[in-house]
Amino acid sequence: MSASLPRRRSGLRRGFYRFRQSVLSMAGLAVVMVLLLVAVCGPWIAPYPQDLSGAVHTAIRFQPPGPAHWFGTNELGQDVFSLVLAGTRISLLSGIAVVAIGSAVGVLIGAVAGFFGGLIDDGLMRLVDLVLTIPSLILAMAVAAALGPGIVNMIAAIALSWWPGYARLVRAEVMAKKNEAFVVASTAAGAGVVRLLWRHILPNVLSPVIVKMSLDVGFAVLTVASLGFIGIGVRPPAAEWGTLLAVARGNIPDYWWTAIFPGLAIFLAVFAFNLLGDGLRDLLDPKARR
Amino acid sequence: MLVFIVRRVLLLIPVMVGLTLLVFAITRLLPGDPARLAAGPNASPEQIQQIAREFGLDRSLPAQYWAYATGLLRGDWGMSIYSRRPVLQDLEAYLPATLELVLAAMGLAVALGIPLGLLAAAQRNRWPDMLTSVVSLGAISMPRFFLGLLFQLCFAMALGWLPLGGRFPLGEDLPARVSGLLTIDALLAGDLHAFGVALQYLTLPAVAMSLSPLATIVRMMRASTIEVLHQDYVTTERALGLSRRLILLKYVLKNAVSATLTVIGLYFGWLLGGTVLVETVFDWPGIGLYATSAVLTQDFMPIVGVTLCIGTLFVVGNLLIDIAIAQLNPRARLR
Repeated sequence: MSASLPRRRSGLRRGFYRFRQSVLSMAGLAVVMVLLLVAVCGPWIAPYPQDLSGAVHTAIRFQPPGPAHWFGTNELGQDVFSLVLAGTRISLLSGIAVVAIGSAVGVLIGAVAGFFGGLIDDGLMRLVDLVLTIPSLILAMAVAAALGPGIVNMIAAIALSWWPGYARLVRAEVMAKKNEAFVVASTAAGAGVVRLLWRHILPNVLSPVIVKMSLDVGFAVLTVASLGFIGIGVRPPAAEWGTLLAVARGNIPDYWWTAIFPGLAIFLAVFAFNLLGDGLRDLLDPKARR
Repeated sequence: MLVFIVRRVLLLIPVMVGLTLLVFAITRLLPGDPARLAAGPNASPEQIQQIAREFGLDRSLPAQYWAYATGLLRGDWGMSIYSRRPVLQDLEAYLPATLELVLAAMGLAVALGIPLGLLAAAQRNRWPDMLTSVVSLGAISMPRFFLGLLFQLCFAMALGWLPLGGRFPLGEDLPARVSGLLTIDALLAGDLHAFGVALQYLTLPAVAMSLSPLATIVRMMRASTIEVLHQDYVTTERALGLSRRLILLKYVLKNAVSATLTVIGLYFGWLLGGTVLVETVFDWPGIGLYATSAVLTQDFMPIVGVTLCIGTLFVVGNLLIDIAIAQLNPRARLR
């Protein structure tokens, strides 16, 4: 154990080095940091905060991008830049919430299935197969339609279709780990099920879960925006990128800026999280590196 | 091979039962009154009561499920409040358009993705490889509805090369309906003009939809080709003096494709989910557009019907892909 520790350390350090050397991973990290910063203080740094609470200025409808309004104004005369800034918080927060809930549920179910095996495992894994028979966007759409509009319902609907991937991943990892010597040793020392899973097995299966989470945040943001675009989920005037884009669809081609900037924001966020996730996978999961 | 196919088809039965159970759970178990949802936002209390009676909401859950499942088999998929027609009838009308779009997008993604992935692997770590890696990650991150809007702005509005949306010009004669797929029907009727028109309408939505599966296929194909290139038999072939091109196209391709096909099966679901978004952008009259307009009118049963329909397509599509893999790789038939 003590002999293997320094080697693992230096492996991690080499991983960090590779991560820092990779321009794309660092770019992803930088953009994610900026987005998180904007998500925290977006509404305060927005140049026209009154537009976020639904102020209407009919005199300055559809102003093209310029010094006063960097991204132009929309059909209500609201500053598109302010709306996109404020949308960062809703989009990132819902994306992260989806992944947090989905991974928590998935890890729990996967750990239980992998640890106990037998009938419990069979039952839970059939449930996983079942949920996977419907594409996640469609399942989320149906559940959101049944639950009704609202941001909390939307997050719940997406999370409901998001956990099976984690359950499969964690189940396989737990099954591989549960017969290792350190687990057998702590069983012999009298550790209970909860302690075994929480203190000994789960910490050892965490890195693939973290990699999957970082790759998933981007797609969760994308799914949130997709549901917003369809018209389920966040309702106007709350500024959510997909909803902004859905409303702006009617304004193109003459007022293209109302659509382009929210769309670019979605693309930028998803791309940055994917770059970061790719980098983290190389760092934490060297087996997947080719 | 026949035994393999029969066994796989029989395995569909429990999967379909599971699928209907899941859809049943969405309609009946989630909080919210299923009768009120099915009756629509403007229903009177009497209408809601009538639907509750039809659903048998006072009976036990297994009895309700039995009534629901046998109803599905009889063709009772509920009523659309908006179109005032049975959902199954609507689905039959809209499904061919979706199939045409999905097949075109899938065909495009496979036809371009496999050679590009092979090329990237053969040129590993040189500029064509780096370029495909970055571009494909970008394409995966691109929201399909935004890409569709950009296509409309660029190719339909600014350049005027292709139509903005829809499937066929109003007022022109449709080719005689055989398969419901306009391009195929036009070819069957020998009407080249109609084929050209239908193809023009199909191009933008199909390309918008194919881009992210295309990128995924390139990435997967690249990874599995690199893996196959490290196999011993490739080294042997090289030692025997076979040309690089022959090794790549004859021996590596077949093995790398079967690994990629499995992934294509999984992404088939992603593609089907995308129909909802792409059809909405391009006003393509398929089941995706049907579902989104149902969302806007709070018409619940069509949404459920589309969910079931897309789930079925996904399951059947994966079955076909499994059969294709078994055809390519005899070892897979034993599983």
